[in-house]
Amino acid sequence: MAVQTLEQKLAILSDAAKYDASCASSGSTRRDSRDGTGLGSNEGSGICHAYAPDGRCISLLKILMTNFCIYDCSYCINRVSSNVARARFGVDEVVNLTVEFYRRNYIEGLFLSSGVIRSPDATMSDMVRIARKLRHEENFRGYIHLKTIPDAAPELIAEAGLLADRLSINVELPTDAAVAQYAPEKKPAQIRKAMADVRLRKEAAREISFGGKRPPRFAPAGQSTQMIIGADGSNDATVLGQSTRLYSSYKLKRVYYSAFSPIPDSSSRLPLVRPPLQREHRLYQADWLLRFYDFQLDEITSVTADGNLDLEVDPKLAWALVHRGFFPVDVNRGSREMLLRVPGFGVKTVNRILTTRRHRTLRYEDLGRMGAAMKKARSFVTAGGWSPGALTDSANLRARFAPPPQQLSLF
Amino acid sequence: MHHASIPAIGAAAAWREAARQFLAAGVPPDQIHWGGIGSAPHLFADLERPRGTGAVTVPRSFIAMAETVVWHRDPERFARLYGFLWRLRGAPHLMTDRGDADLARLRGMEKNVHRCQHKMKAFVRFREIGAPDAPRRSFAAWFEPTHHTVEPTAGFFARRFGDMDWRIVTPDITAVFANGAVSFQAGQARPDLPEDASEQLWITYFRNIFNPARLKVAAMQSEMPRKYWKNLPEAASIPELIAQAPARARAMAEAAPTLPPARMAQVQAQLAGCTSAWDGPQDGLPAAIDACTRCPLHRSATQAVKGEGPLDAALMIVGEQPGDHEDLQGRPFVGPAGQVFDQVAGRVGLRRDQAYVTNAVKHFKFQPRGKRRIHQRPDSGEISQCRWWLDAELAQVKPRLVLAMGATAAESLTGRRGALMSRRGRVEHAPNGQPVLITLHPSYLLRLRDPQEREQATALFDDDLRTAADLLATHRN
Repeated sequence: MAVQTLEQKLAILSDAAKYDASCASSGSTRRDSRDGTGLGSNEGSGICHAYAPDGRCISLLKILMTNFCIYDCSYCINRVSSNVARARFGVDEVVNLTVEFYRRNYIEGLFLSSGVIRSPDATMSDMVRIARKLRHEENFRGYIHLKTIPDAAPELIAEAGLLADRLSINVELPTDAAVAQYAPEKKPAQIRKAMADVRLRKEAAREISFGGKRPPRFAPAGQSTQMIIGADGSNDATVLGQSTRLYSSYKLKRVYYSAFSPIPDSSSRLPLVRPPLQREHRLYQADWLLRFYDFQLDEITSVTADGNLDLEVDPKLAWALVHRGFFPVDVNRGSREMLLRVPGFGVKTVNRILTTRRHRTLRYEDLGRMGAAMKKARSFVTAGGWSPGALTDSANLRARFAPPPQQLSLF
Repeated sequence: MHHASIPAIGAAAAWREAARQFLAAGVPPDQIHWGGIGSAPHLFADLERPRGTGAVTVPRSFIAMAETVVWHRDPERFARLYGFLWRLRGAPHLMTDRGDADLARLRGMEKNVHRCQHKMKAFVRFREIGAPDAPRRSFAAWFEPTHHTVEPTAGFFARRFGDMDWRIVTPDITAVFANGAVSFQAGQARPDLPEDASEQLWITYFRNIFNPARLKVAAMQSEMPRKYWKNLPEAASIPELIAQAPARARAMAEAAPTLPPARMAQVQAQLAGCTSAWDGPQDGLPAAIDACTRCPLHRSATQAVKGEGPLDAALMIVGEQPGDHEDLQGRPFVGPAGQVFDQVAGRVGLRRDQAYVTNAVKHFKFQPRGKRRIHQRPDSGEISQCRWWLDAELAQVKPRLVLAMGATAAESLTGRRGALMSRRGRVEHAPNGQPVLITLHPSYLLRLRDPQEREQATALFDDDLRTAADLLATHRN
């Protein structure tokens, strides 16, 4: 086999990494290199340096260390039974690519993942070597996200957490049964244990010693995970139930939902359909309602009979259309909880309403200026100079928001 | 009529100084003509700046907003800011009124500048202009910002690229960072930057990280508008990627599944040899409990929490179920209730490390509520399913006495729940004759708010543990 060039390896190993949705670079410790002794900074908010035509942001250099893998997960392009081209980066190659890309302002940092080679410990220790070299030899102060291998030794995870900003482990599929079916070598219990371990280490690193010394922060940007949507038969209630458990048990920063996308050289065990992008979008909206809008899981999922989210309208609007008895809400008197439930009002808009109404009565025109999406909100609120009248209870209210019906094709 | 000219470099400080003087002198907005450095003064302008006296107080939030809005492209920005500042004199609360049309307009402009700054941080692309092995490397970029954002954003690049020299050339202003100091020069025409080998690698990365099965061109364009494309090296390949995407996705769907490569059998044989081994006690019980799926609790809990302690212990302590911390760590009684138990046990001379400590239910049952997990009592079905494991542990340890803490443990061991207060402190017998001393659960002590009640309950718990210690001592003799 001919020796691969760096460019060929980069092509293979970035192609192999694109099925991971996460590309966040926000929420870590603030640091910079103004003193001239290092490279890189982190100022809290993430930056997307480019966007691919799939609409996803490119913030980090997202690559696999190698796409050789000893596991056989049917949804994955890198499974052992696939005939995809294989490659492997050396430690120096990853370090150089990261630093040179960073110096040209292409990226915020590195997101390193890997297929499992030889054993979980051997793979994890190579990944830790890359992070160590970046931090200690190149004085790199940008963002590092490491994907951890569930069975790796605890010392490796401990070191990875001190070097990286974020650690993540993918739960892959919404139920244990689906994991057993599609990823026979992965153990859901072991993945949960690894996430528990990260949470415990993170909490232990927060305790200040008797001498007042603060230990180094462990994975300051927290941990995240990813679930593939649409590969197995789970409905949205199952998916969201799993993510609320993950958020509350392991204090995850994010659960990413990734619509199952057909892969080149795919396994015969999986559906080859168009990725359910709209479903993925609705799941993210529901995820936000659960975390920032005080919605409970059963409120969102009980709107439809089959436990799936309504694909035509967003989950908050779907809830409001079923519970019209609570509306219209008076923006000058309504409680914060009720204002947050108005379709078209976001958290910022609600905060602005609450501060301004201390001084004066709000009128309809004010709401648009405060950032509310009035096309949606107007049917559900009253304000100075505006009352929706019979609109709130009208039979065709849903039709105003849903996409227009389409004539079925005869052919 | 007064005239104020604001220079292109240092505009924020110049505007602030001018506005402060006008405000102190009480000059109304319609008496000021604001212009750039090159603009001709108003025909009837008075070029002398008025001398105001007295301090001027302005809400801090206005200053923060003004220091962003002055970089907007709109030539009216200085006048708009001063007009709103004039209105703020008697009514500082206007700053919090987001429904006010003037403020909404200024906040909109602020947002535009922030977005332009953000896009500049994202889309500036450096090329190397010095030698790659020089002690301090140097880079240059050509960029065309929408607003005057070079000056306020230069600090970001100085903080980020502290160990190299760089310059960002724009038609508006040029920022230069050399040996740790930032300076600004007038705008320049587009320079000829040398080719850079890393740029080809970056384009390769961009082309391969794109997934053709999920084309969302509008989402890309809303975040990366076309006006920036001409200065982004990777953007040249976008039209081609979009055009090929449907065909590539179709080809993936139509390709027949292939046979696995020969390597697979070899790898899987190797894999069977390196599955991670269980690292707990040698016999199979803990591993069996770990793999338990007898009731649905295993789906949401992290792990089964097994008993812990010497296998020849005289005393077995049975609690209700693992809590938040026990579930994460996989060990019984390490949370707050365990600490209460340790305190009281220490007082009456019971050694926890000489007892076998376990729970009636091995998995944590909870309800997710926001970022917390709320403990839920296991129901009788779950208790009876888990009784299987408790029986196995009892058979293994063969304790002389079992201490059942709380109603769930009492139900699991004696088959009867409730009336705990009248049953506590007495020895009952399990169906197989095993003596069981019933007492309160230490988390009950933690839940009591009233200090007096808490003290009473703690005294009862104290008594019960002392009874247990006495019983063990008499049995031994």
